[in-house]
Amino acid sequence: MLTSIKTRFVAVGLAGVLGAASAQAADITGAGATFIYPILSKWSDSYHNATGNKVNYQSIGSGGGIAQIKAGTVVFGSSDKPLDPKELADAGLAQFPSVIGGVVPVVNVEGVDAGKLRFTGPLLADIFQGKITKWNDPAIAQVNPDLKLEDKAITIVHRSDGSGTTFNFVNYLSKVSPEWKAKVGEGTAVSWPVGVGGKGNEGVAAYVKQIKGSIGYVELAYALQNKMSYAAMQNAAGQFVQPSLASFQAAAASADWKNAKDFHLVITNAPGENSWPITATNFILVYKQPRNSAGTKAALDFFKWAWDNGSAQAEALDYVPLPKPLVEQIEAYWQSEIQL
Amino acid sequence: MAAQSPTLMTTTLAADERNARDARADGLFRKLVAAAAFFVLIALTGAALSMLWGGRDAFTTFGFKFLYSTDWDAVNLKFGALVPIYGTLVTALIAMLIAVPVSFGIALFLTEVAPGWLRGPVSAAIELLAGIPSIIYGMWGLFVFVPIMGEYVTPWLNDHLGQWPLLGPLFRGPPLGIGMLTAGIVLAIMVIPFISSVMREVFLTVPTRLKESAYALGSTTWEVVWDIVLPYTRSAVIGGIFLGLGRALGETMAVTFVLGNAHRLSASLLEPGNSIAATIANEFTEADSDLYRSSLIALGFLLFVVTFVVLAAAKLMLRRLSRQEGTK
Repeated sequence: MLTSIKTRFVAVGLAGVLGAASAQAADITGAGATFIYPILSKWSDSYHNATGNKVNYQSIGSGGGIAQIKAGTVVFGSSDKPLDPKELADAGLAQFPSVIGGVVPVVNVEGVDAGKLRFTGPLLADIFQGKITKWNDPAIAQVNPDLKLEDKAITIVHRSDGSGTTFNFVNYLSKVSPEWKAKVGEGTAVSWPVGVGGKGNEGVAAYVKQIKGSIGYVELAYALQNKMSYAAMQNAAGQFVQPSLASFQAAAASADWKNAKDFHLVITNAPGENSWPITATNFILVYKQPRNSAGTKAALDFFKWAWDNGSAQAEALDYVPLPKPLVEQIEAYWQSEIQL
Repeated sequence: MAAQSPTLMTTTLAADERNARDARADGLFRKLVAAAAFFVLIALTGAALSMLWGGRDAFTTFGFKFLYSTDWDAVNLKFGALVPIYGTLVTALIAMLIAVPVSFGIALFLTEVAPGWLRGPVSAAIELLAGIPSIIYGMWGLFVFVPIMGEYVTPWLNDHLGQWPLLGPLFRGPPLGIGMLTAGIVLAIMVIPFISSVMREVFLTVPTRLKESAYALGSTTWEVVWDIVLPYTRSAVIGGIFLGLGRALGETMAVTFVLGNAHRLSASLLEPGNSIAATIANEFTEADSDLYRSSLIALGFLLFVVTFVVLAAAKLMLRRLSRQEGTK
């Protein structure tokens, strides 16, 4: 009780300061996942030009975003890991997706071009558990009959910092490998059985590029920008698919959003012939009964504007805009859940 | 006294007044500098206590096990500090093993051997090195030094030192290029400017007549440095070394880039490890449960303790050295 009063005071004080700083247009403050920072800053720039409203987003990580929205110091929080409906209800928060991206395995193996190497989910889980230690292991050869892989040790590269990328990657491994689920589990940071940790997507990309025989995972944008050799994955429907905006979009569209309360759904291992299996969603958190209802309304307007006008910008940065039906479902959810 | 002339009386009066004013100013000055000193003490205890308080969840949950457990599992909320403590100490030790002799050589060269025109530029260069932000060292380490280590140095170490009977296991490992040895070497490069510039400064304070006398008696440069310069400046030199050590223990960014950040204890210096500062920097932003965050703050407290213990040991060593000096 005491702390909540205290945070309220801080929040009111902060709101006062922010309000005084810019009285003319509504300032939208947000904090959270680093994953959406590039697209959010692009969108907010365009939004500022179009409407004069400013979005001030601090990319401090999902954990920080959740803490900040719960303390009421920002209008919206952002997390790569959805909160479950009970936690949302306890905090009085509503949750909805903002943008979709994908995680891809990248390798550094001599003579293997981007998209040529193929993995199944259980195979990937075995590699990241350290059960398969050589590139010429029969289990890898079985799904890659066309490739001749050398007798070289596999080095695992994972994220050293807690991250939504890790969360989606290990969430997928947990879904496809009961052993992974039991031994390692899922989270923004896990206890990796083997390997080295790089800081950030760029750290993992740098390690994979430097260590021969390594395998890691990064967001698609990093794999493309660094011209890394990414791998194709077998999806839930048994098809091998290449990572691309199209296959991410297919996963987002085929995911079962309709039955997900408060959009509590991680869309890894999504059904559908063309779905990329390690597709990731970012989530936005706002109060259902906001004290600062003008700010929350401005934030919702911003996201609506971004979905209507910002698709090209999202795709240019290798994010997938939300599918139309999902946007409609979110708007219906706003109507029913958020009291402005 | 009675025969004092009026003029003399006024001057004493004026002097008394001045004395009183000086005393007041002195008192004020004393309070001011005392406040400055106490500020350090208050900040220090404040930082230590708030970290202890922030880490209380971790300490009460895990107890002493926190100190010797190698667990670091954010999913099952099991945390132990042994791996980061070990990594912190080992990387700092490697750094000091390299940095101290090199810095000594630099300082010696600059004060005793180098021609006059060279001293200025090289000293300036060393001070510039000390001003480079650590992230630059980290990026240089990752993009330039790590490939060299992985391509040439670690295979060579494996083939040669790795075969030695006792020390062998330290130098056997996969040729990743990242790991505790690489982190130690990068740290050494980072602390060399600190140590060598302190050494240079204090070597310059040795009275010329002491050195000249030794030279006159036929000493070589080495003998002058070892028997005259070093004993004369010993405590300041050790102070400089511990300034560097303090920096090596707490360094974050550069270490994070090249250490490999793996929570595993391994005998080999070529394997990735983790350090306290790197763990906190890596994981704090996404630490999503209270116990996780508390464990990270507890790690911060332990870094504080480790640094304190190391520096206290240094002070004790220094005191013993100076006592032996007296008995000689």
